[in-house]
Amino acid sequence: MGRRLLLPHTRRLMLFLRPMRYSASATATATAGSLRDPLHVCVVGSGPAGFYTAEKMLKGREGVRVDIIDRLPTPFGLVRSGVAPDHPETKIVVNQFSRVAANPRCSFFGNVTLGSDLSLSELRKTYDVVVLAYGAESDRSFGIPGEDLRGIHSAREFVWWYNGHPDMCNLAPDLTNTDSAVVLGQGNVALDVARILLRCTTELASTDIADYALDALRSSTIRKVYLVGRRGPVQAACTAKELREILGLKNVNVYIKEADLATSPADKEEMRNSRIKRRVYELLSKAATVHQENNDNDRKELHFVFFRKPTKFLPSEDGSTVGAMELEKTLLKDDGATGKQVAVGTGEFEELKCGIVLKSIGYKSLPIEGLSFDKYRGVVPNLRGRVLSSESETATVEPGLYVVGWLKRGPTGIVATNLHCAEETVDSILEDDRKGLFTDPSGPKRQGRRGLLEILEQKNARYVPFDGWEKIDTKEKADGELKNKPREKITRWNELLEAAREG
Amino acid sequence: IRFLETFEDQFLYRDLGQYKLEKWPNYKIRIKLFSWATLPAQLLGPRSLLPSQAKPNPSSSSADPPKPAPRICCRRCVRLGFAPPVKMLSRISRLGVHALSRARLGQKSVTSRNQEEPIRACMNYVGNRSLCSATEAKVNDRSEQPKAKISVTFVDKDGDETVINVPIGMSMLEAAHENDIELEGACEGSLACSTCHVIVTDVDYYNKLEDPEDEENDMLDLAFGLTETSRLGCQVIASPELDGIRLALPAATRNFAVDGHVPKPH
Repeated sequence: MGRRLLLPHTRRLMLFLRPMRYSASATATATAGSLRDPLHVCVVGSGPAGFYTAEKMLKGREGVRVDIIDRLPTPFGLVRSGVAPDHPETKIVVNQFSRVAANPRCSFFGNVTLGSDLSLSELRKTYDVVVLAYGAESDRSFGIPGEDLRGIHSAREFVWWYNGHPDMCNLAPDLTNTDSAVVLGQGNVALDVARILLRCTTELASTDIADYALDALRSSTIRKVYLVGRRGPVQAACTAKELREILGLKNVNVYIKEADLATSPADKEEMRNSRIKRRVYELLSKAATVHQENNDNDRKELHFVFFRKPTKFLPSEDGSTVGAMELEKTLLKDDGATGKQVAVGTGEFEELKCGIVLKSIGYKSLPIEGLSFDKYRGVVPNLRGRVLSSESETATVEPGLYVVGWLKRGPTGIVATNLHCAEETVDSILEDDRKGLFTDPSGPKRQGRRGLLEILEQKNARYVPFDGWEKIDTKEKADGELKNKPREKITRWNELLEAAREG
Repeated sequence: IRFLETFEDQFLYRDLGQYKLEKWPNYKIRIKLFSWATLPAQLLGPRSLLPSQAKPNPSSSSADPPKPAPRICCRRCVRLGFAPPVKMLSRISRLGVHALSRARLGQKSVTSRNQEEPIRACMNYVGNRSLCSATEAKVNDRSEQPKAKISVTFVDKDGDETVINVPIGMSMLEAAHENDIELEGACEGSLACSTCHVIVTDVDYYNKLEDPEDEENDMLDLAFGLTETSRLGCQVIASPELDGIRLALPAATRNFAVDGHVPKPH
């Protein structure tokens, strides 16, 4: 033995891992022995909400086993398929999520769909705690005539398309039939979409944008993008960083009407209360006064259109594609009930020619069987993350069922907002655990991961474990190296499943 | 059992993958327990844990002010009674090569953070000891004094305080991570999130900090629990005039679902 260091035979890396710090509430309840009844938790959805919940559950209680399931073979949800390709810093958070998935008490099961491979009741029988974090995969719609014309897409579909989501790889939006695109809505998603349409393709060529999207954008004839909002610059839902970025785009002239920048006392009140709105308004007013350079062929145009709401979509000559849209001028009125300012039509109409319309007015969650759902708000009725049986006053709490993320709060917020949302839900779960709501000696013992594997075997469902995703990741990065991109995304279902199996 | 379920299982069972486990033979379990038990002694060196002796100061033998840090070179130092970092050094170089080759392949490994930590841990251990060359030990150019540190107090959301020493030039986010303080850093310091948001409790210290840049302000706009003296932890760099600064982590006082809180735009 002598001079050599006899290192303990254990997972070498665990020797140097930082010991996990427990929160104060959990430490108070941690029992003396480390052999605690395992708590089986299933998180449905592997986006930021799902992973933050898994992380906090693993930290919050000993003996917890977390299984994260996702419909796609690739994890990370909108961090992979929603964050724009020219925002790679926002995607750094996947490193943290990968560390959570590498934890031996946590497993990832990709290509498992709640509703077809599994039902909610089966899941609740297999796990002590089920946390729904599957976000919002549908869109709000206007409900106005012409909405089904070709050329009208939701921003979610467009974003999934250029981010290589396997459900949208065949979207094939036509970017060559027109020089004007209209984006309805002025939130950050609308700005993202406008920016991708306007950014020069040489800059996009070194991002992880899908290859077919890059080709389509290279051949696109779109020169003008209109960002249409039904209220004014003070009510625009975007934030300063994204606005600053789009106003500073190379070779883009920005047009904002000075008349739209007039503020009422109610507007000033709103700006006083919100730092974000103040800075957004300042940026827009500065941009309105900048002298625009001559518009030669190289320069594209970005128009901010305020106080207009769409009333119908008009077809072009071929009858099936959109050719123009009718907009109604609006005025802001105080809504007594909520105190917010709402847009009210004035009866004056105007027409705007366009060949492609992208609706960015909000996402909406999808209900599943066996789950109470608030159709108006598009969320699951809940109390601090505990699912309620209905949205009425007399609802009861569903045992063992929780909700987190966009499904809980509605489709707003950034990646970090899910951090606090997950903390709240995990606090509720741990509180219920302390009250003993999950230990039912009379009922059958929950099988957890074993039970899930049995169900998947029965249904012949081929799930993708986390190292399957790592194989996909390696392949994408290797392909990307050849083209000087951070990764070349694999965009078809069959190719993804194949890449997850080989290697 | 099919999974390594408890801490003890790692000593008793071997993970064969595919959810299978095999029991280690008894002699191997004993070796493992022995090596865990003797690990502190091996690291600190021989005779270091004996109760009767005062902890020997390795530099007292060559005492001439300023005290030089103990030197390590391969086997001579080992015979002189310093803890042998040879195994550690080869481990460091192995991990380093490993990390380099992975980086070259463009594969930012899942365990890259885990790989960095052993390197960092080993470096912290051997770091302040000067590594001498194989020839006659010469005075190292690097300053013998450790870098000047300032004292920083972190107050977490439950009110518990932790005082740590932060070397000058390190950001508060890094310092928090090194001291196991629960400060999230989702974008790892690239000004793309607001999770390392800290509140400077004293206005005087807040004024000593440089004004936040536009990018930091943009991220602060979206921070949870924003106050007048909020900053991002990754942008607050330790400097001598910040000694004694107190940083509070934002408290989750708001109830998301019930009180009709207007969600922030995205």
